[in-house]
Amino acid sequence: MNMPAGFATPDYRAMPLEDLDVSDPRMFQYDYWHELFARLREECPIHYQPDSPAGPFWSVTRYEDIVAIERDTETFSSEPSIAIIDPEPDMILKMFIAMDPPEHDDQRRAVHHVVAPRNLQEFESLIRERTIEVLDSLPENEPFDWVKLVSRDLTTKMLATLFDYPWEERNNLTEWSDMFTSDVRITAGEGSTREVIIEHMTVCLQRFTELWHERKGDGKEAFDLIRMLQADPNTENMVDDPLLYMGNIMLLIVGGNDTTRNSMSGGVVFLNQFPDEMAKVRQNPDLIPSMVSEIIRYQTPLPHMRRTATRDIELNGRKISKGEKVVLWFVSGNYDDKVIERPNDFWIDRPSVRNHLSFGAGIHRCMGNRLAEMQLRVLWEEALQRFETVEVVGEPKRTCNLFIRGFTELPVKVTRFQS
Amino acid sequence: MTVITFIQHDGSERMVDADVGLSLMETALKHDVPGIDADCGGGAICGTCHCFVEVSGDLPAPDSQETAMLGLRPDRADNSRLACQIVVADGMPDITVRLPEFQM
Repeated sequence: MNMPAGFATPDYRAMPLEDLDVSDPRMFQYDYWHELFARLREECPIHYQPDSPAGPFWSVTRYEDIVAIERDTETFSSEPSIAIIDPEPDMILKMFIAMDPPEHDDQRRAVHHVVAPRNLQEFESLIRERTIEVLDSLPENEPFDWVKLVSRDLTTKMLATLFDYPWEERNNLTEWSDMFTSDVRITAGEGSTREVIIEHMTVCLQRFTELWHERKGDGKEAFDLIRMLQADPNTENMVDDPLLYMGNIMLLIVGGNDTTRNSMSGGVVFLNQFPDEMAKVRQNPDLIPSMVSEIIRYQTPLPHMRRTATRDIELNGRKISKGEKVVLWFVSGNYDDKVIERPNDFWIDRPSVRNHLSFGAGIHRCMGNRLAEMQLRVLWEEALQRFETVEVVGEPKRTCNLFIRGFTELPVKVTRFQS
Repeated sequence: MTVITFIQHDGSERMVDADVGLSLMETALKHDVPGIDADCGGGAICGTCHCFVEVSGDLPAPDSQETAMLGLRPDRADNSRLACQIVVADGMPDITVRLPEFQM
């Protein structure tokens, strides 16, 4: 697990419940979170932590409780933030993910068409082309970093394609996405301070504002997210409200980045851990869509979202007060054996494979879920056609972030089919 | 016996005999009728079994959860429903539903 010498993993089973630290990003970096959430689901499904770098918060860990809270948007608000850290008062971006009805519904509907399946069909051939380029350029029979050469490169190229973002500047998109989600308080001090984050947001907004004005009215029939916003009467003037424009840009950049990227890496890891599943999909490539859903469950790239209680409420005997933070642990719900059969098995053709919480549930359910699935499906369709083996040849390194479950390094070797 | 007619976006039709106690979503899955994804398995929390009810007897009105999910659909119409929330009851008149171009 790449743990530094002398690093002691918490003995979650032996600690008093009130001492359990659910804010520790190292649990994802060194992958020791399973026991923590297993114990919480069993003994303390609504858990209160009075002190953490992000302040006090409740943790909800059972699948059914998470769903019940997602349904009750009146009691459990998404405002002012879906992150465990409160937003800075001078930089509250307008993002529908952090809004309640009815404003949420109007804002989401306004941009939903950009990821509607009808539009995705237009993108699929482009995405396939990019995927093929990336896979064909991989070295043969020598170790390389799958995160860098495949997951990161491919997600960046896909995002740049969706935005028709200047190609030579495309790495900015991924760097911004990483930075916006890496506050020092959720990264064990390894991320960025708010000052640095705001500085980069400003640069990002400037660049996207320039692109908006360059494209507005240029008569080109190009197909990209910026032009789609301009073409729709609901969003044609979005640039005039910088906090709204930036909020939507950020949602699209972040939403389409770590999530897909880390699922692209996770799939390789899981198929290596479960060779029988690899054999199954090799024998029957029709299982790829089902496998994609299972990869997304097993990875749960966004392990939680936060809500805020709008009134005092009792849940499973615990009294949550108005204003308190309630963190929904999707990653725990996805491994809840009361709902998910044999949750620790990566099982590509499991029954009801689409019933997972990685996209959330209810009105905030991931808007880009069909795009994510399509990108992963195309990757595996092309990879399985080309590569006879995709072998993990070293210990993966994982992301130190409470909000992101991902990989920073994944040594892999591939061999191609001899044609 | 209540007969459910599913009309696909391309106009093709499938008629199936419904089982009392099953929702329209479950009926579609049972008979492999395409066009209904049902990601969440029936809790009205994903919105991927959206349909348009063309012909039916009186149906119970959508509850607040179903209404909230339908409210997100750019293609919502007055007859929009979630197929998982319409459960076939004994003696229910036949139902015809049209499926949208895509679920999302």
